[in-house]
Amino acid sequence: MPKLTNKIGILQSSIGKIRPEWIILDHKFQAMFRLCLAWVVLLIGACVSLASCQSGSASQAPLVQPGAPGQATRTITPAEAAALPQPRHGPADVRFMQGMIAHHAQALEMTALVPARTSRAEMRRLAQRIEVSQADEIRMMQRWLEDRGERLPDRHAHHAHGAELMPGMLTTDEMGRLAAANGDDFDRLFLELMVKHHEGALIMVDRLFATDGAGQDAEIHAFASDVDADQRMEINRMQAMLGRR
Amino acid sequence: MDNRSAGGSRRVVRILHAALLGGVAALLVPVVAGRAQEGASGRAAAAKDPRVGLRAGLRDAGEAARSMERVATLPKPPGFFDPQAPLGQPTPPEDEKADAKLKDLPEDHPTIQQILSGLNYANSDLAFSGHHLFVGNFSGFNVYDIQDPGRPRLVTSVLCPGGQGDVSVHGNLLVMSVEQTRGRVDCGTQGVKTAVSPERFRGVRVFDITDVAKPRQVAAVQTCRGSHTHTLVAHPGDRENLYVYGSGTSTVRSAEELAGCSGREPKEDANTALFSIDVIQIPLAAPGKAKIVARPRIFADEKTGAISGLWPGGDHGPGTQKTATTNQCHDITVFPEAGLAAGACSGNGILLDISDPVKPVRIDQVEDRNFAYWHSATFNNDGTKIIFTDEWGGGTRPRCRATDLPNWGANAIFDIVDRKLKFAGYYKLPAPQTEQENCVAHNGSIVPVPGRDIMVQAWYQGGISVFDFTDSANPVEIAFFDRGPVDATKLYTAGFWSAYWYNGYVYGTEMARGIDIFRLTPGEHLTRNELEAALSVQVAGFNAQQQSRIAWPATPVVAQAYLDQLARTQGLPAARIDVVRAALERLERTTAAVNGGPAAEVESLARDLEAGAPAAPPRDASRLRALAATLRGVAARTR
Repeated sequence: MPKLTNKIGILQSSIGKIRPEWIILDHKFQAMFRLCLAWVVLLIGACVSLASCQSGSASQAPLVQPGAPGQATRTITPAEAAALPQPRHGPADVRFMQGMIAHHAQALEMTALVPARTSRAEMRRLAQRIEVSQADEIRMMQRWLEDRGERLPDRHAHHAHGAELMPGMLTTDEMGRLAAANGDDFDRLFLELMVKHHEGALIMVDRLFATDGAGQDAEIHAFASDVDADQRMEINRMQAMLGRR
Repeated sequence: MDNRSAGGSRRVVRILHAALLGGVAALLVPVVAGRAQEGASGRAAAAKDPRVGLRAGLRDAGEAARSMERVATLPKPPGFFDPQAPLGQPTPPEDEKADAKLKDLPEDHPTIQQILSGLNYANSDLAFSGHHLFVGNFSGFNVYDIQDPGRPRLVTSVLCPGGQGDVSVHGNLLVMSVEQTRGRVDCGTQGVKTAVSPERFRGVRVFDITDVAKPRQVAAVQTCRGSHTHTLVAHPGDRENLYVYGSGTSTVRSAEELAGCSGREPKEDANTALFSIDVIQIPLAAPGKAKIVARPRIFADEKTGAISGLWPGGDHGPGTQKTATTNQCHDITVFPEAGLAAGACSGNGILLDISDPVKPVRIDQVEDRNFAYWHSATFNNDGTKIIFTDEWGGGTRPRCRATDLPNWGANAIFDIVDRKLKFAGYYKLPAPQTEQENCVAHNGSIVPVPGRDIMVQAWYQGGISVFDFTDSANPVEIAFFDRGPVDATKLYTAGFWSAYWYNGYVYGTEMARGIDIFRLTPGEHLTRNELEAALSVQVAGFNAQQQSRIAWPATPVVAQAYLDQLARTQGLPAARIDVVRAALERLERTTAAVNGGPAAEVESLARDLEAGAPAAPPRDASRLRALAATLRGVAARTR
């Protein structure tokens, strides 16, 4: 900086010697130059601090939280925003995920019976569809529980004696009857039991949302909504196959 | 000036040079690193798509672009991400063999308590008004000043969670969708403590944005299923009210919380909240009085009247996709000037007559054996075509891998012929994406190039693709932008939710990263004239779900754009094109006082071009007519 102003000074004095009236302009020039220089320094600083000159500015905009209709909107600081309470998962969410894993696992046991007991391609395809979507959802639920440090259910939990069955789940006796059936009898029994099984999943979703404070995290809300939509679709399909539609 | 000071200044210059070089090198490092990775994975095929093999990263991912250029990027502001986990949690990989062995929790598993998924802070849909950009988020919305699109400025951040936070703007009103059970009437972040509560809000919020820095909530219309998306219908015949079509896709809440709500199947309850949309009326003079005025049964069977008259759900036979049940619309796009709406309604694409906005009437419906979930709809500018998107995998799954079928998770393009939908072709992002990138067809809008149908579209982590569908059966990509995945080894839900054209720029909402702004650049598939003709279209605001017809000004550049297209298709002999271009240039050079000759010449050419239209193929014929009309307009303005 000193060297630069020094050189400007030399320039100024040489110009000043030629036309005295330019000195006034010269002072303006000098002031403008300094102002420009200050701006350049400021802009470079701003760009460096933003890490990228092409990005826009994100700082110093107000953060506001509206109220209910008719109420005022309040301004809050980022620190206050960070401290605002957020809904967290609770025991009912964990029970839903753990229960649904066991529930889905039984559906997979049922679909595993299909290839050896049916001759209908449509039945095989249905079983495969159920298998793919439920296996995928099981992995999602496992990950959800793992991320939150919650217990993963034992894969045979639903076989435990004396344990209350979740809605729609087959009893040991029903499972045995299904495994013993064949051909058209199997097809009909499978569809009836799987409809009942899926309707149970819908009840589980209902119960989740009917529990105080449950189902509020974005992910569990989206997941429960998906389960509801998927199982309704499969129920529709199975009822059509049963000739009920 | 002495030597020492000269030496000093040279040193300063050298330091400056070094600093500059260092800066440039620092800027280049990510680019070079990104390219290097491309080379490593795809050296064998030089012609391979540059989007393959891009380096992963939240802020420093490799980038590839063609005929589009990123001009600005802004990360999400404070309050719209979790500083502890900006990406949220990963989605587990799929196992094609359906191996669902349940494993025990390992002993040393880290306990991560009380985490929130990244979806709670995801950016979603966007809307425009004047020089303001409104970006929806699962936790509220952000307003940006885009007076200079190269330097967007955050104006205000509005915290009001409830997801998905789709926004639309009409005058001084902003409308927002809320579907989650955590939504609160008072915009509180804490969620709702009891299962039945008057504090819960699921539905459509209305904000007064007269003071854009401090929006005020003026209405909150509760709906049974919440609002996953919504569509504004400013009807030409009703200036006193704004209508909103609310589309709910989630579970139905209890009648204890909101009277009359039922989620039962139609045969159990004829008044079920399933199988309908919500029509909300907002009186513009008193928006606080907004209310539901109809819940039309737009899926009803024409003959039996059964409200569940469309696709029941399930596959369409061997080797086909499993399509969702039509008991909801995911999204509706209206074209009020044509009195039409296109509904992407989970199991079907439907066409509605909305001459009476309160009583939409279904006039056609289509199924598609390759569609999993009918997700969104976009008309072309003439209102003669509809692009429907299929959100196979719900947007959280990688559905653009080389192994995924090209017609699954794609767009289906339909021509509207005599008010019926006629299938023409599919379009899917042509570049394969990785297992770590959620990717499927998502939201986009029309790029207003006269004489062509062009759409810009978001594909989540598949990036942004711009394609031409002038020939509905043979869509072609003309530009793209893509980044590597946000993470190298895990699949997170991220990427572009929406990408819309607005007054010359493309605005993209990135779920995890923030917002990006782009401009298109002329190239092989888009001439400078065509691009400038698109840039000459300026609108006062834009909501992607409410389309209106764009009329191009009669300017020389619009005429030149048509001429470029006729040259491309050889719809006119090159010599003839040169004659018209020369006449246009002469007309532009002449002054008003002596314009009689050139203007008459241009008018005479316009007559000849129009006379030749009937003999030309349909697309060229319409361009010849449009060119003639533009030439006449240009000539008239000089007289």
